[in-house]
Formats: sequence, structure tokens, C-alpha cells
Amino acid sequence: MSTWEYAPAPESREIANLKPSYRPFIGGEFVDGSGEPLKSVNPATEEVLAEVGTASASDVDAAVKAARKAYDKTWRRMPGTERAKYLFRIARLIQERSRELAVLETLDNGKPIKESRDADVPTAAAHFFYHAGWADKLEYAGFGPDPQPLGVAGQIIPWNFPLLMLAWKIAPALATGNTVVLKPAETTPLTALVFAEICQQADLPPGVVNIVPGAGDIGAELVNHAGIDKIAFTGSTDVGKLIQRSVAGTPKRLTLELGGKAANVVFDDAPLDQAVEGIVNGIFYNQGHVCCAGSRLLAQESVVDELLEKLRYRVSTLRLGDPLDKNTDIGAINSAEQLTKIRELTESGVAEGAERWTSPCPLPERGFFFAPTVFSNVEQSMRIAREEIFGPVLSVLTFRTPAEAVAKANNTPYGLSAGIWTEKGSRILWMANRLRAGVVWANTFNRFDPTAPFGGYQESGFGREGGRTGLEGYLDV
Amino acid sequence: MATPTLPAELSDATSDERSLRRFLHGLPGVDQVGVEQRAASLGTRSIKKGAKLQAIDTAISMVDLTTLEGADTHGKVRALAAKARRPDPERPDTPRVAAVCVYPDLVATAVESLAGTDIGVASVATAFPSGRSSREVKLADVALAVRSGATEVDMVIDRGAFLEGRYGRVFDEIQAVKAACGDAHLKVILETGELATYDNVRRASWLALLAGGDFIKTSTGKVSPAATLPVTHVMLQAVRDWYTATGELRGVKPAGGIRTTKDAIRYLVAVHEVAGPDWLTPSLFRFGASSLLNDLLLQRRTQLDGHYSGPDYVTVD
Amino acid sequence: MSDNRISVAKTYKLYVDGKFPRSESGRTYPVTDSKGTFLANAAHASRKDVRDAVVAARKAFGGWSGATAYNRGQVLYRVAEMMEGRREQFVAEVAASEGLPSRKAQSVVDAAVDRWVWYAGWTDKIATVLGAANPVAGPYFSFTVPEPTGVVGVLAPQESSLLGLVSVVAPVLATGCTAVVVSSAERPLPAITLSEVLATSDVPAGVVNVLTGRAGELGPWLASHGDVNAIDPTGAGPVGRVEIAREAAGTVKRVLAVPEDEPDWTQRPDIARLRRYLEPKTVWHPMGV
Repeated sequence: MSTWEYAPAPESREIANLKPSYRPFIGGEFVDGSGEPLKSVNPATEEVLAEVGTASASDVDAAVKAARKAYDKTWRRMPGTERAKYLFRIARLIQERSRELAVLETLDNGKPIKESRDADVPTAAAHFFYHAGWADKLEYAGFGPDPQPLGVAGQIIPWNFPLLMLAWKIAPALATGNTVVLKPAETTPLTALVFAEICQQADLPPGVVNIVPGAGDIGAELVNHAGIDKIAFTGSTDVGKLIQRSVAGTPKRLTLELGGKAANVVFDDAPLDQAVEGIVNGIFYNQGHVCCAGSRLLAQESVVDELLEKLRYRVSTLRLGDPLDKNTDIGAINSAEQLTKIRELTESGVAEGAERWTSPCPLPERGFFFAPTVFSNVEQSMRIAREEIFGPVLSVLTFRTPAEAVAKANNTPYGLSAGIWTEKGSRILWMANRLRAGVVWANTFNRFDPTAPFGGYQESGFGREGGRTGLEGYLDV
Repeated sequence: MATPTLPAELSDATSDERSLRRFLHGLPGVDQVGVEQRAASLGTRSIKKGAKLQAIDTAISMVDLTTLEGADTHGKVRALAAKARRPDPERPDTPRVAAVCVYPDLVATAVESLAGTDIGVASVATAFPSGRSSREVKLADVALAVRSGATEVDMVIDRGAFLEGRYGRVFDEIQAVKAACGDAHLKVILETGELATYDNVRRASWLALLAGGDFIKTSTGKVSPAATLPVTHVMLQAVRDWYTATGELRGVKPAGGIRTTKDAIRYLVAVHEVAGPDWLTPSLFRFGASSLLNDLLLQRRTQLDGHYSGPDYVTVD
Repeated sequence: MSDNRISVAKTYKLYVDGKFPRSESGRTYPVTDSKGTFLANAAHASRKDVRDAVVAARKAFGGWSGATAYNRGQVLYRVAEMMEGRREQFVAEVAASEGLPSRKAQSVVDAAVDRWVWYAGWTDKIATVLGAANPVAGPYFSFTVPEPTGVVGVLAPQESSLLGLVSVVAPVLATGCTAVVVSSAERPLPAITLSEVLATSDVPAGVVNVLTGRAGELGPWLASHGDVNAIDPTGAGPVGRVEIAREAAGTVKRVLAVPEDEPDWTQRPDIARLRRYLEPKTVWHPMGV
């Protein structure tokens, strides 16, 4: 056949059960927040999805008090076996409402439905299942015979994986006996508020989970609230530094999961086609809105031409468009602000002399979209090689020897993740040992699992999420 | 052994046994988990409405309608030929299939039954399916098929020699068969189920392409697993890489185990996105299948009629 | 005769990169015993000495972190052996510095030696205890290993001049990190002697660097330094620790949580300090043929 255009295959937005308005969840009830309501926008169409009540300082205070009360009266006293059952219930309810959550996430965030459906929501459920089992087994976690919770955890999460990041935060906190006040990102609060409904459905005791939508100022209220025992933050390194500074000198515990500029290192003996897939997955997954994105491709000089040819062809097959379409590979950039930032950094790449190649895919007329872009001839000194772009933009650099690859890969203040592509086993282990990153993917990329600790070195933050290690951040040890 | 039309680095690869071995072992490895994941991910493409109908018609036109049974008779072959000419008698707009595929001794019957059409007659040969016989016997098998009018020959490679690492022997045999084919197109069956690893599938694909195979074909249909999506991905990648290296378009034929329209569409998506849209033609992609055709016809009716059809509305041949 | 002999007054130096340089600033300060009697002059380290010490510690990190855990254990055990050899000197200095009776000082020195031995035994076990094979839901082998975080700034306790010092330095070394240590300001002599022990032991140059001086002055420079990965603010005191924690935020440094007052160092520690200087690294690889 001459051309084969896939017909639109949109998931129905009715499944999202979108409501005209959403409200903060405090002490087990949805309440009218006294903050200025915000409008959550579908970044793929720029239409307003819903009005969302936000918290004010006094609402944050009420939420912290509710969490404290729940901690003192109910949650910390409850046997782990019982806490576990609540977490199992929540996990099941996420599964049961998975289609609704997936469609809502895609509407609010702009990510392709295939990702919210096949990754975000099932992995969120998996996190609750995994941590549920820990609740009554903490004495086996290696932190002594009777590790104690910290108290009330203030949790601030980003917009790139709204429900999944919520799960990463809430599941371990609850399993270890803490109660939480969580602030979802300003642009993506909806699935967190549906999660609040799930807490009600699960009969979770009031105050164990509180959700306070709002902007950065509400995050700051939470961070600075005297009734908080622990802050867990996922987001930019700049904000992470501010938070670390704010809690300095207080007894508050802190874990940070911040930015990254991961190197994906491809040797000339790599399984090239799968390396191409890994590179594509590494930087174009979730529009590149991934802190551990493989945003720097380090290719061995002897293979870079062949690799780039394959890569460009592959990237040109990525389908960009309506995030609700089941065949969409690249959805919408989450906000106009983020789109501006991506454009600005991309222009800096051109201005600094890197060679830009952009997929010829058509862009929708409305909404925030950015075509997948690959920069070659990038030097370490260029901004696009150093700054986190958080968008579908790949910078390609080269190396000659394994030692040079390690030196270049590590030459960043970040240290969240790294990739290695080679068929030589001993080289994989040699590289994995030397790469200064909290997660190293060899011959794969962007794999996540509740059992596998995730988190960064250096300015990518501290503390881990997932696995036995991830419990540490919520225990007084 | 060299093939004169190839670029130097490829013709050098076939200059002797050692070069061939070095070349094949120098091909990039295939990561099993990675390729299976990619295949599974492409398998979630949702093909609807017009795109689906287009895919069904394309798939029908790519079918090598096959019967390869010990019990095959002239009657069976004639029935198959009739089906090939008019897959859905009530709907004359239904595309014809690409070819019928039979054993060599039934080629003449197929040719006769398909006279006046552009439907090809493919014949398996070379001591199909095991390939375990002498070179002479295999070539005689090919000669019978070609003499009887086969337009396409589906040979099997010597998997034993391949697994022993005697690549030159496999190469020579393919070349010899190619020469015996004359004008007939040569499809080289790798029998991927016996090669066991994707690395071997990639090596065998290149070996067959270097030796002059017009198509690389997954399976005989007599070994399980037969065609799978990830194996086909590896082979589609090989023909794309071949095209990049030589500018020449070669074809791929998955055979065996593809029974439903849903399966066929997944294969077409792989063709479309792994090799490229250029390969979405019967001259570069075929399905070796028998029961697939009826499912395609049923689904075609469903698309056109707007309600589900049933097996009694398509012919059993 | 000894009464008439004029003793050799000591002016001690810093311990940086395996050598004993003077402070770049040229400053010294007098060290007295707990009753105010002059003991010796100590180098008064400056921010530039911090800078040099961090360079040395970074240079040593690759080799030390890359050494086998078995080897590190041997090296730490060797330190304990070497301390035994200078036991009398340590006892005298601890007694003088901390104003302890000799018997008490002896038990402090014994405990310090034992602490090296305790941490020496951890080097090749901590990865087993903190690491994991992660049972991920997919065809992957995923494992997590703790790796040394890098260069650690250690503000040693002000009061416990030897046992406290060893208790904060040994865990840094046991993990494979390297250390820039600011000793107790008023009681630096045991730290200086420990430097001499380290210099003649098998601890490679730069793995431990000891600065005598003020934690309040040097701590913030360590905390804000871009090539320091973690900091133990013990010796900074409750007020100084706030500033250090703030300065550390600029580079997302790991700041050890420490109690308000110096703990009872004679208690056997847990592995919290080891954990703090280790970064869990998770590695994934597909399993296929």
C-alpha cells in the first residue's frame, strides 16, 4: 500500500469522570480550601479541565494537625498487620480504578495514554502492594528490632508522574507508620484528589493522608511548618537546595530526589538496535519529563555515525499528538512555562554551535508540543550538555575510550542515573562500578520497580525510594 | 563465493570462510529482552476503521496461501488455487493473494490452476522441511519445482551446518540454489525456531542476504516456535540495514503460527515502523499461512458490513 | 639531671596528603592541658588549608574507594596495631587534654583502639548487610550495592579528643570515603599523634587529612565546598551546626544528623554512620540469551 495512516484511536475522556471542581482533602474530608482556586489545564488542548480549590497557610496547618492527630491516636498505634491491609486495599482500588486514573492523568498531564495506562498507574498500584507487605515486617528490614516512624511527613511531588510519585511517597510513609500531608504539583493535582477518594473508599482513618493542592508557596508552608517531622521532596535541584536550607538547624528529616543529566554510554560493541530503543526510551519517554532521562548520549566515536543514522530514523517514526490516542508515543509538554524553557535551551544549543536535527513529525495546532530533537556535535561545555532540559531533546557527545566515557559521564554535579550499552560483561561491571549515579541501567533504560531502590548521588539528592533501603527515609534510624 | 554487485565491505565478507565468520560474528548483538519489549510495545498499536480495512486488504494481498501436508492432493491444490483467485466469491473487490505455496510435485497443478492470473506459485524445496539430504538431491528438488513452473522457491538452510559454524557451506548452498532458481525468486527459510537465539537469527539473515536470497523467511511451519513478532523484528531490521548498506530492497516472510487478523496487523505495524513503509507491499513482505486468510476475510466483512461475520460465510477449502 | 634539661618545645603541624605541612596562614596557637599548662603549639589551619586538604582527599578517593574491602579492613586493623604501640603517649595526651586520671585515660585509649578494630571488621560486611538483590517484576537482574559517597568533612568532637575522634573518622574510612578532619580545637594533641600513626601505617596519603583549628571557622568552608560530598558537624556545636547545614544545602551535601550534645562515645556504635557515607547504587541488566 502506498501510505498507511493509522486512524485516530482515542481513549474516551468520559472514562476520567472529570468533575467541574476538586477540593483539598484534609482530615478525611474534602474541604473548601481558602487559597485562590486554580484551574487545571489540559496541556494538549489548553482547555480548562476543572477548577481546583487550593490550600492556604491555615489549611496546611489544619492538615498537619489532622495528620498529627491521626498519627498519635490511630496510625502509629495500629498493628502493622492492620496498616498493611489498608495499603493492600488502596493498591486494589488503584487497580480497579486504573482506567479512570490513566485517562485523568493523561488529560491533566499530557502524557500518552499508553504510558499512563501501561506504566504510571500499574506501577503506582505495585508500590502500594509492595509496601503493604512491609508494614508488619519492619523488624526484618535491618534497622533494629523495633524501628519507629518519624511522625508527620510533608511530601511535595512534581508534575511529571503525578500519581506514581504520590505512590512512591505515600506508600512507604504509611507502611512505616507515618501520616502524610502531600502537596501535588500545581499543574497536575487531579489524580491526587481522586487518590483521596480512594482513601475514603478504603476507609483509611481520617487524617492519615491529607492532600493540599497549591503552588510553591504552599510547599514552603509545609516545609516550614513546625509540626512536620519529615520532608520528602521530588523536583528541581534549585528548589531542593532551598528546602535543604530551610530545614537546616531543625530536627526535620529530609530526603530529596532532584534533577539529573544522565549519560547513556554506547560502546561500539553494543546491541545497536536495542541501544537505539534504549536511547529513545531514555530521552523521549514521557516527553523527556523524567529526572533520570538519558539526556546525554555518549557514543563511542567508532560507532557514532551508524548509531545516529539508526537513531534519526527511529525517532522519525515516533508519533506525536493527542495524548489520549492509544498510538501516540509523544504527548504534550506539561505547561507553557516548560515549553518556553525547552525552546530557550534548544535555541542555546543552536547558538553554541551544536547541530540540530528535529523529527519531521507534524505538530498539532493547539496545545503545548515540542518535536523530538537530537543535537549532535555537542561539547561538554555547552548548556545543552550541562543543564537539565526536561524535554524531548537529546544531546549527543562522543568518546574514544572507556575511561574517557566515565570521565565525561561523571562530569556533572548531578548523579541520578546512567546507561551502559555493550555486549561485554566485564566492561558493564567496570563501568557500573565507576559511574557516579544512583541507578545504572546496563543494556536497558528507565526501568523502575518498587523493590529496586531509586535515588541520586550529589546534587541529584539523597535518600532512596523503593526496596528495603527506601524505608530508611521514614524511620527514626 | 563473492557476489560482484555488493559494496566492497560486504563482498569482502564473503571472500572466504574466515572472513564470513568474522563478518557474521562482528554484527551487533541482539538483546533478547530489548527486542521482545520493543515487539510487545509495537504490538499495542491500535489499528482502527479505515486503517484496519486497509491493513486487511494489504495482508490478504501478502498471503502465500500454503498447503504443505503429506496428504496434499491435486484436488486440494486446485481448491487452494481457486481460493487464491477469488478469496471471497461474494465480494469480487477482495484482493487476490500473492501466491500459493505447495510441494514441488504439486507445482504443475498449481500453475495450471492459476493460469492467466498474476498469482505466483511458490514451492518449498531442498529437502524441506529438514534440509537433511545431499546437495544433489536438494538441487534436483529445486530443479523439479522450477521446471514445473514455480515462480518462487522457498528453500531451507542447512541448520546443522549453521549451528556447527560452517557458514561457508550454508552460504554456498544458498548460492547454488539461487543459481538453480533461474528467474524464480528465492526465499530462504532460516527455521528460526531451531536457531534458538536472536543473534543467530541476525547472522543467518545476513548470510542469506549476502548469498543472494530475495526474501528471508522465518520458518517451515513444521517446527515450534514458528514465526514470532520479535524474530520478525530482527529480520526486518536486517533487511533495513541491508538497504542502508546496499540500496537494495529485500523481503521478509514470517510463516507459521499467524492465524488471526490481529496477529497480521501486528506484523504489518512492525513492517511499517521497523523496516519502513516501503516494505508494505507483497513484493517485499509475505505471510506464509493457511488459516489466516479466512480470518482476514471474516474481519473484512465485519469492517464493511458493520456487524460480526461467522465462519459459515467464508469458504473452507 | 632531667630537672635541669631544657625540654624541646613542640610546634606541631597539619597532616595533609600524607605530609606534615605548616598552615598556609603561618598561624599557630598554644595548646594547654585541662589545667591551663602549656603543652605545645599547634598549627591553626585556615580555609586554604581546607582547600588543600580537600584536594588531597579527592585525589586519594579513587584509590581508597577502589581498594578491596578486605584490604581496607587490613589497613584499619593496622591502625589499631600501631596505636597500641604508642599507647603510653596516647594515654598521657588524653589524660592531659581531657583532665582524666591515668586509669580512665587508659580505658579511653583502649576503647579507641577497639573502635578501629570494630570498624575494620565492617569493611567487607557492610555491603552484604546494606546491599540487595532486588526481585523486580521483569526479566532483569537488579542489585543494589552501597558505594562510598566521596570526600567527607569531619568536624571532630571538641570534648572527646581521641575516642570521639576515632569514632567519627573510622566509619568514614571503613566505607571507602576519604576524610578532611578538623580536630578538637582545645584538645588537638591526640589527633596530632593519630596523624603520626596514620602517616606510618598503611593508610594511603590523603585518605585522612587532619587540620587543627577552629570548627567554627573551617566548618562552613567544608560545608560549602563543591568537592566535599558529606559532612559530620559534630564538633561545630549546636549553633555552628545550623550554619553548616545551611551552607551544605548549596551543593546538596549529606549532613550527618548528630545529637545536640556529644554522645557517650564508649557505647558501641550502630551502623548509622556507615549508612550515611554510603550511596546505594542500583544496577539493572536484562536476562536473556
